[in-house]
Amino acid sequence: MRAVSAVETTATTYPWTIHAEALQVRAGRHLAVNGLDLALGTGVHGLLGPNGAGKTTLMRALATVVAPAGGRLTLLGHPVNGRAELRPVRRDLGYLPQHFGYYPRFTVREFVGYMAWLKEMPRSAIPAAVQRAIDRVGLTARADARLKTLSGGMLRRAGIAQAIVNDPRLLLLDEPTVGLDPEQRLDFRELLRDLGTDSCVLVSTHLVEDVAAACTDVVLVNEGRLVWRGTPEVLAAQGDAGHAGDSPAERGYSALLRQHRAEAAR
Amino acid sequence: MTTHPSLSQIERYAAGDPELDEPSVWAIEVHLEDCADCRARLAGSTTGASRAVIDQVALVLDREIATAAVPVGRSRPWSVLRHRWFVGTLLPWLAMTGTVLACAAVLGALWVGTPSLVLLIAPLAPLPGVAVAWHRRADPAWELIAATPASGLTMLLRRTAAVLAFVIPALAVVGAGTGMSLALMLLPCLAFTAATLLLGTLVGVRHAAIGLVTVWTLAVVAPSLVAARLPVLLSAQSAPSWALATVVLTIMALLRANGFRRLSHHG
Repeated sequence: MRAVSAVETTATTYPWTIHAEALQVRAGRHLAVNGLDLALGTGVHGLLGPNGAGKTTLMRALATVVAPAGGRLTLLGHPVNGRAELRPVRRDLGYLPQHFGYYPRFTVREFVGYMAWLKEMPRSAIPAAVQRAIDRVGLTARADARLKTLSGGMLRRAGIAQAIVNDPRLLLLDEPTVGLDPEQRLDFRELLRDLGTDSCVLVSTHLVEDVAAACTDVVLVNEGRLVWRGTPEVLAAQGDAGHAGDSPAERGYSALLRQHRAEAAR
Repeated sequence: MTTHPSLSQIERYAAGDPELDEPSVWAIEVHLEDCADCRARLAGSTTGASRAVIDQVALVLDREIATAAVPVGRSRPWSVLRHRWFVGTLLPWLAMTGTVLACAAVLGALWVGTPSLVLLIAPLAPLPGVAVAWHRRADPAWELIAATPASGLTMLLRRTAAVLAFVIPALAVVGAGTGMSLALMLLPCLAFTAATLLLGTLVGVRHAAIGLVTVWTLAVVAPSLVAARLPVLLSAQSAPSWALATVVLTIMALLRANGFRRLSHHG
């Protein structure tokens, strides 16, 4: 339980949390995101796509780690380009990178607290917020263990804890379920639904199952462009028995990709 | 400001009087949240039934707190301070800087007749540390840090300060042994640090540091060693120019602060 601050209850003055128009982002010399149009509001959005579709590059651009090479990107109502002031956006941002590095000698509590401090949270709010974030990812018992002693799944959960510690309005999770065991994945889906009630959560993943179970919305990208967008139910309805996959959502996913590739080849 | 509700209103509120209409209940509740005096009056007006409920809640809470996992200790203030100012990856570089300075001092003492090696390399001493402090391959958590509002010039200055806090005492100790003017040791060192930051906004801190080290070595260190005398740049009368350069370069670097917001300037 925690107090709700005035900032959280103010009305939003922007239509979309994430608004990208013809967005282009470079990964090295290659344009990994090329002409992507996307508008996302509150809810849990699953970002699906094959390897090399530009998911991680898109996540990095949305996390303001790399500048867009072209097009327009607006986050939480603030334009994000080479010159804009990024601090107001970054204060409301939570980001879990795909390969997240950490300082092995930090304890979980020190690590999450350090990230809370970097996110410029008020000093008095940090200890309680850190404890709450650690509790929410189920690491309470290991809160004072050093990061180097944790297993892969626990590290991933410590990464999720640092992303949610500032109660971000925009939460970007790149492959958050890697290394989680089935039970933890169920808990994580529960956490996602909880987070998605009042913030915009974008989850990039390879696991179509996670998307079907926990997301309100599916975004499918390929070769840096938006291929399809809709609800998990509609995704499941896209495929039939003739398509590859073990579940309706997986069959829908492969049907949409095959259809897109056939159109692109023409 | 709201006026305080009357005692009779508070009593009716505490008793859950159905006659009290809903807007009045809200008004009293909003007032109670901010007014400690009225809360005290409310405590005096509580009925036996609500006191029993509160006792029950306290009992259950006490029991849950007793059975819950023991709250773990807060992190130590010293380690918090250390984490905020210093990254562990700097240690080997600082050790290398210290070793090089010590070697230069020993060489200078043994090899009489050449210009002071320590004085010649003093401007370069902080540069390896500064370059590593703001480089993505040297900082494992760079991607996490790059997405936070504290990332940027403040972060870089903080780490640069940590490097200087090591390098300046080291230079002072080594310099005291050679009997050289301290100002001539430290001012070029600060000027080069500021120049690295300024150039870093344009080409990246690492490239800036490598460039400055190369230029200084080729243009000043090598000719002085060949000619076996100190260059004009490091003579006593150029100290004011170094001071001026330090101030100007620092101001220019601060004005270019926006250049450090993105990772592209990270390496």
